[in-house]
Amino acid sequence: MNFTLKIWRQKSPDEKGRFVTYGAHDVGSGMSFLEMLDSVNQGLITKGEEPVAFEQDCREGICGSCSLVINGTPHGPDRGISTCQLYMRRFPDGAVITVEPWRARAFPIIKDLVVDRRALDRIMQAGGYISANTGGAVDGNVLLIGKDQAETAMDAASCIGCGACVAACKNASAMLFVAAKVSHLAILPQGKPERTHRVRAMLEAMDREGFGSCGNQYECEAVCPKSISVRFIANLNREYVRAGVVESGLPAEPESPHAESA
Amino acid sequence: MMKLDPKIPAGPLETKWDRHRFSEKLVSPNNKRRITVIVVGTGLAGASAASTLGQLGYQVECFCFQDSPRRAHSIAAQGGINAAKNYQDDGDSVARLFYDTIKGGDFRSREANVYRLAQVSAQIIDQCVALGVPFAREYGGQLANRSFGGVQVSRTFYCRGQTGQQLLLGAYSALCWQIERGQVTMHPRTEMLDLIVIDGQARGIVVRDLVTGRVSIQTAHAVVLATGGYSNVYYLSTNASGSNVTATYRAWKQGAAFANPCFMQIHPTAIPPGDEHQAKLTLMSESLRNDGRLWVPKMAADHRPPGDIPAEERDYFLERRYPRFGNLAPRDIASRAVKTVCDEGHGVGPGGQGVYLDFADVIERQGQDVVHERYGNLFDMYNRITGEDAYHVPMRIYPAPHYTMGGLWVDYNLMSTIPGLFVIGEANFADHGANRLGASSLMQGLADGYFILPYTIGHYLATAKLVPVGEDHKESRAALQRVTGRISRLLNAKGRRPAASFHREVGKFLWDHCGMSRNRAGLERALRSIPALREEFWRTVVVPGSGEAFNQELEYAGRVADYLEFAELLCHDALHREESCGAHFREEHQTADGEPTRDDTCFAHVAAWEYREHAVPILHKEPLAFEFVQPTTRSYQ
Repeated sequence: MNFTLKIWRQKSPDEKGRFVTYGAHDVGSGMSFLEMLDSVNQGLITKGEEPVAFEQDCREGICGSCSLVINGTPHGPDRGISTCQLYMRRFPDGAVITVEPWRARAFPIIKDLVVDRRALDRIMQAGGYISANTGGAVDGNVLLIGKDQAETAMDAASCIGCGACVAACKNASAMLFVAAKVSHLAILPQGKPERTHRVRAMLEAMDREGFGSCGNQYECEAVCPKSISVRFIANLNREYVRAGVVESGLPAEPESPHAESA
Repeated sequence: MMKLDPKIPAGPLETKWDRHRFSEKLVSPNNKRRITVIVVGTGLAGASAASTLGQLGYQVECFCFQDSPRRAHSIAAQGGINAAKNYQDDGDSVARLFYDTIKGGDFRSREANVYRLAQVSAQIIDQCVALGVPFAREYGGQLANRSFGGVQVSRTFYCRGQTGQQLLLGAYSALCWQIERGQVTMHPRTEMLDLIVIDGQARGIVVRDLVTGRVSIQTAHAVVLATGGYSNVYYLSTNASGSNVTATYRAWKQGAAFANPCFMQIHPTAIPPGDEHQAKLTLMSESLRNDGRLWVPKMAADHRPPGDIPAEERDYFLERRYPRFGNLAPRDIASRAVKTVCDEGHGVGPGGQGVYLDFADVIERQGQDVVHERYGNLFDMYNRITGEDAYHVPMRIYPAPHYTMGGLWVDYNLMSTIPGLFVIGEANFADHGANRLGASSLMQGLADGYFILPYTIGHYLATAKLVPVGEDHKESRAALQRVTGRISRLLNAKGRRPAASFHREVGKFLWDHCGMSRNRAGLERALRSIPALREEFWRTVVVPGSGEAFNQELEYAGRVADYLEFAELLCHDALHREESCGAHFREEHQTADGEPTRDDTCFAHVAAWEYREHAVPILHKEPLAFEFVQPTTRSYQ
């Protein structure tokens, strides 16, 4: 198979970028999209030219490194996968394919198709954790967690932090990312003591980093490689409202069995 | 002269760790904040160590080459994590987990280390639950378990097929907390390129900022390497493409012994290699062997579609050779059996590199829905990669390099032969002997990082004499010089060959001569050829771009240059070990029916190699004494 690639090239954060056209020739239908890019790059390197910079690592859809907008869609045309899981048999022979980086104010471009996603880490540092010291944890079976509850928490926790949700959103909102983490920890009993602080801190960090707000268009869910549901955004909103009620001193739902009996 | 002192505490196995912890000196809380510790790598071992050291009050400088610590390769572990909880009441205990691990490692690991690992395993699960890891649960709310490769109890905890991801995100969240508290300073996209040793102590590292290209010095009171394994020396492996040997290899060149480098685990169930552009081998979970049956056509070079080959013309080779364990034989044994039938010409698919993993029987017995529920995501993944529907056509699988049991030599305190250099997780050699059992790498990474290193490093910091050192020290400058010299040498090579072609070539060479089975002639041939390839690399490689900018090809070429040296060490070790044990199979040492023969008289030792410039490395032996278990022949027949 042969393809024409229009790839975004940008030398550094400050320089202007542009699309450059490359041919990809003798591509096997069983090659992955990234292997196809590898072979284009090998050709460039042989000529002494700088290869196209792009991110990848595990190449099995779990590390969240790969981050390409292919023909306008983050992670390409298929649902529920990341770029590294896309294969060339998905494209018709002779197709013209455009390849761009994630585009969002909070994700400045480093080079070509590589962006800086540290903003997501900073949101996590603002509160995406349970403050549990190493050592002294109680037996894992002391906390009984129903199967459904554990499964829902796992649905949320499966986020790979790639940022496709941001890239797909016209407001470049990180709501699905934040919602997944807030929901994962709010659903589990271990996460409850800090839930009020967590949701506020993470949302404030999200605003601070320059991500936009949710427009209820659901593009995020459509491109999420783990198909994380927008229901978690609804849950995030509930958590946020709840935090406001708790903060205002009005009676909210009890935080612990002791509060209930009191 | 290098001295190997494993520092194993005396006395009964069960109380060694407790007594050792009590005899260790502590650092007073006020002093901790004046102590800086470097942690390189943020996988399970690195992230758990960095967060725990931060919590204890040390100042931690933590480095990873990925753009975020959450992307370290531990994230890709699928199956699960073992712990001797005995929640199933099926006869598990610390002693049994200890024994299974020692036996699984073919009696080439230290009793004391493995026992300690089994002891802390239960705490790991509790710690992970406390951090919010969403382990699978039963309807009643209790933690669920499954059984996993080569053992007879159900002790594996899991989060669907994403256990590594969830455990890593747990450790990463703990790390985030310590970053927020200012105890840990995180340096993502920063690669360690050399170790600084001053007065015989590890006192810092040289790093390159992968965005700006700036090379700088970071000094500290101690250095912890948690930089993972080196399966990628084989080019095609199940590892992430960034996983590399550079950090441990650079430490080796500065005087840390490298132990058992030839112990490399091959995982039996990866999707077979396709064309030459293939960049990695994708692992299919070992759990598939619970229901799938492995077979090849009895007739060699049989190109009929699998459905046209009648049952009596199929060889279910694992069931035939290992009737007791059948398709669930341990990884090394299953892998070798696959290789044997393929070498005999029975392999299927492109190049005859593959065997069938067939689900027809279980689908007929229990229905497609049951199979879909159990393995649906794996069947989807297989379909996506190969374009084939495994519900109707058997999967094809082939073994792939997956995990390295070898690594930098460490004593009981996880300290290398360089005082102040600690090595944890897959990067060290300590616990898995010659073969690792499934679901035990996650256990070891977190045991080292959460529960062992934070104790043992304290004793070192409390007792070592550590004078202040800085960037201007002559050893710091010398290390910086080494790094900048190598970078400019790579950039100034005026050839036309991309680094990847050398990587592919050395990987193929190792796979052929130092892979699933090895022999003297092949290893000697490899040792003759590798130096020539290395020379050609430096003569003809091309690395475009600049060193003072983001340059992925430069990063990669540096790692390939290290593989081209490290490959030799691997072959020296495989050549020296004149026995077959665990994952190491020397063709000269097998029984008439092809089973490995171990030699406890001559090889019950850890082979620790010392670097020498322009010369064959020196072998040091740490004898393995078995006081508490009796090494037996590991039979799964």
